[in-house]
Amino acid sequence: MLDSIKDFAADFFVTGDPLIYGADVSIALVSIAIVFVLTYFKKWKWLWREWLTTVDHKKIGIMYLIASLLMLFRGGVDALLMRTQLALPNVEFLQADHYNAIFTTHGTIMILFMAMPMMFALFNMVVPLQIGARDVAFPFLNALSFWLFLMGAMLLNVSFVIGGSPDAGWLSYPPLSELSGSPGVGQDFYIWGIQISGIGSLATGINFIVTILKMRAPGMKLMKMPLFSWSVLSACITILFAFPILTITLALLFLDRYFGAHFFTLDGGGMSMMYVNLIWMWGHPEVYIVVLPAFGIFSEIVATFSKKTIFGYKSMVFAMMVISVLSFFTWVHHFFTMGSSADVNSFFAITTMAIAIPTGVKVFNWLFTMFRGRISFQSPMLWTMGFIPCFLVGGATGVMLAVAPADFQYHNSYFLIAHFHQVLIGGVVFGYLAGIYYWWPKLFGFKLDEKRGRWAFWTWNIGFYVCFFPQYFLGLDGMTRRVYTYGWDRGWAALNFTSTIGAFMMGIGFLFQVWQIAYSVRKGERATGDAWGGNGRTLEWSIPSPPPVYNFAVVPQVKHADDWFHVKEDKAKGIERPKQQLEPIHMPKNSAIPFVMASFFFLVGFGFTFHWTWMIIVGALGVFGSLFARSFSYDVDYYIPVDEVIETERKLGRSY
Amino acid sequence: MSPHSDSHGHGHGHHEEHNHGSLKSYTIGFIISIILTVIPMLVVFNGLMSRTGTLLVILVTAILQLLVQLFFFMHINEGEKPRYNVMALVLGFVIVITIVAGSVWIMSFNSVVQ
Ligand code: HEM
Ligand SMILES: [Cu+2]
Repeated sequence: MLDSIKDFAADFFVTGDPLIYGADVSIALVSIAIVFVLTYFKKWKWLWREWLTTVDHKKIGIMYLIASLLMLFRGGVDALLMRTQLALPNVEFLQADHYNAIFTTHGTIMILFMAMPMMFALFNMVVPLQIGARDVAFPFLNALSFWLFLMGAMLLNVSFVIGGSPDAGWLSYPPLSELSGSPGVGQDFYIWGIQISGIGSLATGINFIVTILKMRAPGMKLMKMPLFSWSVLSACITILFAFPILTITLALLFLDRYFGAHFFTLDGGGMSMMYVNLIWMWGHPEVYIVVLPAFGIFSEIVATFSKKTIFGYKSMVFAMMVISVLSFFTWVHHFFTMGSSADVNSFFAITTMAIAIPTGVKVFNWLFTMFRGRISFQSPMLWTMGFIPCFLVGGATGVMLAVAPADFQYHNSYFLIAHFHQVLIGGVVFGYLAGIYYWWPKLFGFKLDEKRGRWAFWTWNIGFYVCFFPQYFLGLDGMTRRVYTYGWDRGWAALNFTSTIGAFMMGIGFLFQVWQIAYSVRKGERATGDAWGGNGRTLEWSIPSPPPVYNFAVVPQVKHADDWFHVKEDKAKGIERPKQQLEPIHMPKNSAIPFVMASFFFLVGFGFTFHWTWMIIVGALGVFGSLFARSFSYDVDYYIPVDEVIETERKLGRSY
Repeated sequence: MSPHSDSHGHGHGHHEEHNHGSLKSYTIGFIISIILTVIPMLVVFNGLMSRTGTLLVILVTAILQLLVQLFFFMHINEGEKPRYNVMALVLGFVIVITIVAGSVWIMSFNSVVQ
């Protein structure tokens, strides 16, 4: 008996590496600490009522934000481990298989469990406020999306200590990711982690399309809608069509692994390149999904901090819509070297270059907006200024990679690694950080300290160039990606060492940000409703910071684009908009079902990973039970009476 | 219900306005979609047809299946004036065609190589 338990544990838990034992210990300590703090301060009920069962988009946004920052930390630690291993030739810090696992989890986590949720955090924190709505279209579904994402992310993350991490690269190409190449459970954790959170992503896409199309305040025609909301709409349309492709592709891989099908195997008529073809039909749109909202964020920030209307509003909208459709027609540039016909490669080289045009239009519009504006350089604007040159260089090297014949030289080299980190960090991460700085006071009611913010900005930025510029040259010198070590004879030592220094600088930048938040929680300046010096232009700045549960005591009547700016301008001229009558506010009730249902999904994923049929059945029954329970719950909403609204508003310093 | 109070609109209170199909239409849709699934399964498992015939059957039943889903479950023919659903459908078709035709075009490199 004891022996069989021992055998099981030796298989079940990952053993043998001091890093892993370290992780085990820290996971155990952190869990004990959390349980202790919650019990000691009697916070369990609070946690359940205010967070685990909430359907409020602002709280869901904050939970997404916390989760994505934790994932940024985990992915960042992975990155530093890899850079440490590569700092000098012949370092014996990580073994080859461990290195494989780390770049795989780093890539998967950074894209799917850091960038995506940070994007959803911003959607949730901002969109309803910006369009004058009281919540999203489907608040229950919104909560469910969050919990599905979190359970999916947990599934991938536990693989580090239980069962073993996936190690076939962030896109898991077969035949390596097939049973023949990866017999362990890591690959199944990968599939189920992504599938479960993928349902959440798709649902969020639908939710925000409907929210934007159906729930704008009266008078806000689509062409009067703020550009961030436009960028969310374009990203969600892309999600709607791209994510099903990912789901199907991974489902086919699952059939291969679980039931012995032959979609992508080398034998039995399988076609492994078909997987590559399919997964990039999602993969390329995916990079535009994460960058489009960043474009929207920059548009808001540039206008606010230049104190001007955005230049070329219509061309901005048009450019984003064109990008979101065109992004479906470029996927082959990720495998030019597969050796398809010259026609194919030429076609996709041209479509890829074509996308640079609308992107260029946007950059010019931002520059024209800043031109002759009275620009103030607070954190959000700083990160925007950091983004523009970074993204420009990233875009230029992207066009270099798009030249199909030349790509045979760059492909899978460090040139590529430098390129995509330049657009992902310089575009996506800088963009989301800018957005977080910009809307932080709105959501939390206090500002983040500027001084520490500046330190963070400069260490991140300088660190970025020190880390990734050498990698372009490493790539040209022949260093390929996913190598875990190299010899002195290669002549790569100096550039690699420089790159590692840059990586640690970015790590320090992240620590500055943690310090900045911790410092500002205690000492941050209180934010007014119009938190950036009264220069806000869109509706979210017209309500208190943080907003009450129902956001808007009365739903605003919109007349112009940048309506809040016009309201203020009219007021200065002595023209007041007529006061509207308060009415009882209809709100959705909290629900435990999203959390419970997502937990059952976790069991399904875990069961499939370990081939434990009983657990799959328990999980599936739970999922259906939750669906059933939801279908028959009728008590899902309530009204906030007018008196209570008046009282809440009075406490926030507003009279009705 | 007042125009303001339902502005967070989680679909509650609209039941009178739209017809989301009857039990009968759902049952019919369900039965047709089951039949359309069983046909290709039988053909494949029992090897009833030649390779081309099998592919053709799968293709035709798949397209019919798509239409059944759209009409019986997604109510594509209902809806209000700005026909977002039609726009979405057109874009969807463009992308589906891209996926299928694109994959065939791209992957036919196999025949070039072999
Ligand atoms: C914080 C700074 C970062 C550093 C220092 C860093 C470093 C690295 C390193 C060393 C690799 C492995 C290269 C190889 O051996 O092939 C890598 C791969 C990768 N990184 Fe990062 N990274 C950072 C941030 C990010 C971010 C923010 C994202 C995405 C949003 C990202 C996405 C990826 C992806 C997708 C891969 C490919 C993984 C694979 O080969 O399967 N990284 N990164
Ligand atoms: Cu691409």
